[in-house]
Amino acid sequence: MTIKMRTLLGTAALALALSATSAAAETELRMMWYNDGIEGEVMQSLLDRFEEENPDIKVTLDVVPYKSVIESLPIQLAAGEGPDLARVTDLGGLSQYYLDLTPHLSDAAYWKENFGPFLNWLQPDSDAISGFMTQLTVTGPYVNKTLFEQAGVELPGDGATWDDYAAAVKEVADKLDIPIPMAWDRSGHRVSGPAIAMGAKMFDGEGNAALVDDGLKAMAQRLYDWHQDGTMSKELWGSVSGSTYLGANEDFANAQVVMYMSGSWQIPQFAETIGDAFDWWAVPAPCGPAACTGMPGGAALVAMKDTEHPEEAAKLMDWLAQEDVLSEFYGKTLFIPGHLGLAEGGVEFDTADPRAQHALATFAGAVPKISPVAYDLQGYANNRVLFNALISRLNEAIVGEMTLDQAYERMEDDVAKQIAEKERQ
Amino acid sequence: MAEPDRETTAWGDKFKGVAALPVQALFRVLEGPLMALQRVVGIRAMPYVFLLPNLAFFGIFVVIPLFINFAFSLTGGTQVFLSDRVYVGTEQYSFLLDCENFVDPVTCREDRFWKGIFNTATFIFFQVTFLVLFSLVTALILNRKIRARGFFRSVFFFPVLLSPVVVALIWKWILLRDGLLNAFLVSIGLDKILFFVSPEWSMFWAIFVSIWAHMGFYTLILLAGLQAIPPDLYEAAEMDGTATERIFWRITLPLLWPNLLVVVVLALIKGVQIFDEVFVLTGGGPGTATQFIVQYIYNTGFTEQVQNFGLAAAASVVLGVVLFVLTLTQLAATRRRDNV
Repeated sequence: MTIKMRTLLGTAALALALSATSAAAETELRMMWYNDGIEGEVMQSLLDRFEEENPDIKVTLDVVPYKSVIESLPIQLAAGEGPDLARVTDLGGLSQYYLDLTPHLSDAAYWKENFGPFLNWLQPDSDAISGFMTQLTVTGPYVNKTLFEQAGVELPGDGATWDDYAAAVKEVADKLDIPIPMAWDRSGHRVSGPAIAMGAKMFDGEGNAALVDDGLKAMAQRLYDWHQDGTMSKELWGSVSGSTYLGANEDFANAQVVMYMSGSWQIPQFAETIGDAFDWWAVPAPCGPAACTGMPGGAALVAMKDTEHPEEAAKLMDWLAQEDVLSEFYGKTLFIPGHLGLAEGGVEFDTADPRAQHALATFAGAVPKISPVAYDLQGYANNRVLFNALISRLNEAIVGEMTLDQAYERMEDDVAKQIAEKERQ
Repeated sequence: MAEPDRETTAWGDKFKGVAALPVQALFRVLEGPLMALQRVVGIRAMPYVFLLPNLAFFGIFVVIPLFINFAFSLTGGTQVFLSDRVYVGTEQYSFLLDCENFVDPVTCREDRFWKGIFNTATFIFFQVTFLVLFSLVTALILNRKIRARGFFRSVFFFPVLLSPVVVALIWKWILLRDGLLNAFLVSIGLDKILFFVSPEWSMFWAIFVSIWAHMGFYTLILLAGLQAIPPDLYEAAEMDGTATERIFWRITLPLLWPNLLVVVVLALIKGVQIFDEVFVLTGGGPGTATQFIVQYIYNTGFTEQVQNFGLAAAASVVLGVVLFVLTLTQLAATRRRDNV
């Protein structure tokens, strides 16, 4: 072999090696993500570590507004143009687009053991494993305990009803001239827990959606009355239309609200924005005749079936779902673990704030009290149809566009119409 | 004074010469192929050749989507691709038009569509009336030789340059419970007003903000019309001792009429399309008090869990028909103006 030939072969081999290396490094996964607090930063640091351990995979975290996850992601997925992975809250509603990770996972039994009940939320109609919960959430109220103390009003204790709280917060607001005694997130999901506490069943005997019953009416009537007598301000629910979400977190943080019905995901934000400015206190879900329950929920990280890299997506999911990695994630983000092992063993939360610690303990303690109806509703693939019909029509009644009875009729009609449209394939 | 003018002209000529160089070079490059093309298609077809790029753009991004939208309005289900959707004929239109009493939206099967129609009609009635009125008054004032006329012309035109979202956010901050306006009301001893809780106030501010944002554009059109009126007509009227009001009614208004008509029709079309400003300002609330037809289409197609593209497409076809009628009116008005 001449020197020229050897040089040529050597160059060719080098070029081949280089191209092989670059081809291997070219696997890129895109992850759509939204933030409630600092979880994007925490996830990015974990992804950096994953990339160090797996130099052949690059993961790009696309942080988008929550609205994009709700409105744009379903269209992208339907058009086959979605990301490889996404953080979603419409858990069962998008199940048709999820990848079944089972054949690619190193230990599917670990996933079933630790994420079991939540896997059903993601895939109500199959045993597929599509992802894991980045956070488990529980809805429930916060109170401004400092205002209660200043007003000399006793904070209702365990077993207190919604009526007890309504009376107490009105008294506090009247004494201290606080503009909003009670505020709720403008969300059907938030209303559903208290409605179930009042006896709402949400489904008929055959498991079909049946939104309006006496339990729901009991809660809807209270919400209506509270808006008319000033216990709740029309400013929050009344100032937008349709199913638009609106929170009162800023008003609560500015001590303009005595009691705020929201959920566990507010803890990191309140720890940062309120800190020790006043005692923001999570209280157990108030009771109704049927239960003392909030709604479970949360966000999940799922892989999409249209991904061109299912192996790599599964490798990343496997890595992120490890107990120590998730423990770090939940600990830093102050999220309630959606991993049964960690929920049982406990997570070391990265906060010294006694209010945040109390809130985490309160919401974690609320999990066993969650009504089975609430779990069923959360696992129902069309639950947002119910939530949206509930909040939009109830709101129209509250602002005086229709009576409550007309609103109930419209709710049922909206639900029937949308489910029929979905089933028309 | 003559010297700078000559200098300016010389610079202008030089600039024109420099600016024309690339155009001339382009013509030289294209001349050969275009001449060859002209020999093939004939000189009569050449205008169409020049129109082709624009027509292609218009066809791809306007005409084809229009037909696709119409096709969607004849389908049902939640699939994105037309080929996967179920053909339902005119069912979506029947659903939209299913009303016991068309004057009362609550009796309609799809009550929100009709509320959107009624709200839009209310909005455009007040918005167009006051928009045209204020634009006319402003144009008449700015057409006079007042002090700082150039400054005021800029001030009235400035909001037109702002993004609708920015306009809405600015006004939202002014109108919120703890906004500037309420701070002012409290400072003079009045109570705060929750503007976005009251249907009447919400509609009022939606109209007000829209007028504030767009008035400058229409003022400009009317100002151009006013400046095109020959001054000798006014001079003759003044010499005859004609009263100011009579000059306005007998000279200004008739000669401004074609511009005024264009302004009315353009304002109507923009009014029917209203969405972004009001969506950010009031979110359509309280209840559905400021939810207009375009927001109904957006909500139906995109914000619900079951994205009803068929119904949204049918509603947008209805909206398209209304806009088409208004556009024809504008075209007719423009033609009549050209013939004046």
